Amino acid sequence: MNSAHASLKSEITSDVDWRKVRTDFPILELKIDGKPLIYLDNAASSQMPQLVIDRLVRYQTKQHANINRAVHYLSEVATQEYHDARCKLQQFINAREDREVIFTSGTTDSINLVMQGYGRKFIQANDEIILTTLEHHSNIVPWQMLANEKGAKIRVVPINDKGELDVDEYERLFNERTKFVGLIHVSNALGTINPIKRMIDFAHRYDVPVLIDGAQAALHIPIDVQALDCDFYAFSAHKLCGPTGVGILYGKAVLLESMQPYKGGGNMIASVTFEETIYNTIPHKFEAGTPPIAAAIGFGAAIDYLTTIGIENIAAYESTLLDYATKCLTQIPGVNIIGTANEKTAVISFTIDGVHPHDIGTILNQDGIAVRTGHHCAQPVMQRFNVPATSRASFAFYNNKTEVDALIAGIKTVQKVFL
Amino acid sequence: MHTNSLYQEVILDHNRKPRNYGKLDQASHHAVGHNPLCGDRLDITLQLENEQICDIAFQGESCAICKASASMMTTAVKGKSRLDAEILIHEFRELATGKLDTGHPHHLGRLTVFSGIRDLPTRVKCAILPWHTLHAALNSISSTSTEANNDSAQMVSNHSVS
Repeated sequence: MNSAHASLKSEITSDVDWRKVRTDFPILELKIDGKPLIYLDNAASSQMPQLVIDRLVRYQTKQHANINRAVHYLSEVATQEYHDARCKLQQFINAREDREVIFTSGTTDSINLVMQGYGRKFIQANDEIILTTLEHHSNIVPWQMLANEKGAKIRVVPINDKGELDVDEYERLFNERTKFVGLIHVSNALGTINPIKRMIDFAHRYDVPVLIDGAQAALHIPIDVQALDCDFYAFSAHKLCGPTGVGILYGKAVLLESMQPYKGGGNMIASVTFEETIYNTIPHKFEAGTPPIAAAIGFGAAIDYLTTIGIENIAAYESTLLDYATKCLTQIPGVNIIGTANEKTAVISFTIDGVHPHDIGTILNQDGIAVRTGHHCAQPVMQRFNVPATSRASFAFYNNKTEVDALIAGIKTVQKVFL
Repeated sequence: MHTNSLYQEVILDHNRKPRNYGKLDQASHHAVGHNPLCGDRLDITLQLENEQICDIAFQGESCAICKASASMMTTAVKGKSRLDAEILIHEFRELATGKLDTGHPHHLGRLTVFSGIRDLPTRVKCAILPWHTLHAALNSISSTSTEANNDSAQMVSNHSVS
């Protein structure tokens, strides 16, 4: 079998024709300075298939109205479509009920909702909140704000040189003052997949609720919130081939019902007088004002699309890309991969001896290759590895080995310019 | 915008062999500049006597564009008056942001190798950081950042070490 045939075979696995999948994404036809776009910045934001774009257009041209308010036709259609999107998300993560799915503006908003709604009510002075070194800033800063306000304390789970959490140390951090755990499912900076099931189970022995930041996981790992038994799970549409400005917070109904609303306004109320407001039931209690209706419906369409392909198939295909890219990169002298966990998604953070990541990013861009350079909004991770920043190639299911080869060639160009 | 027009040999040379790299033991002025978007940090020390920059040095962690810009900046302002340095700071900012008409007289000389940076908005801050930091040092502002609209607003703290 020649290499072309081998490559073709690897791209038609699990009954999914990955080459055809690429044609679903019109942006992949772009040329950058005359060269084909090679988009390897999927951990920051993934691209949108034509099907989702078409869904947004259909909503805006034929279905748009405000929801949960009027009795006219369009409002009923929009309300139903928005509700259907919620149900698609419920099924996608296997939540018990659709009311356990709150539409937010994204992962950051979801985490802030939990901090404001749960944290401000139930976390007091001297209580402890456990976070990990791998957290993205959005799962650090809100808890610091709360800790400063309440006089609570943040405890941090360390990582080893491979970028894996020290789970034994995590378990040692628990005591009677521990009141909350915020835990990233997949590290956006390193790709490490954390053993969240074990960590959730341990926290529950202390009756401590666990919030999972799933922003980097949901496109790459099947999520089952009932099997995980997590208390909260958050992610954003724009990292799952959907629009920006929308995400979800999953929360167990009993917890959501016990929480204070995060924002006050229309739609989140049952009745209002100047003396008193009675809040609406969940999920409405947490969706004040006009929600991102179009974006939520687009999110639902993206979930339909991903479900058709199958997250398990996506995970398997991306795993082959990760193995290939890792093998190629480790063969280049002077290239160092930061984060070599045994369990990883297709994210490769790397440095090149003697070259700053920003210069790497700029030169790769000349070949149409989009990678992220910087601290990835995860500065504690950078500090742990004693680097100011890294370059990060993050793959999605529409990437292929040819693009990995282009990245390798681009890295060699970088070395030629600087060394 | 092509790599070659930005990463010219003179920039690569200053990156490999930065001039005036280090820290002055006897500095009259000092400032640290940050680019919070990427974590780059630059430390500038200088000796100002009779409103003239007698000596200047820089150190820190940064990309090639920032390091070369700092290296060429220190070479350009050493021996110049505070006023002349401020004129260069202004002109370099205008150059990097594409506002300078290079057809008209200016004082930048070889610093115009950075003109290509205007086509890469995300890298403009890399080139400007040393100049922001020099401006801060000359004005006894100990810490500055690229993430502000004007220099008075860039002050993170205002503790002079002079």
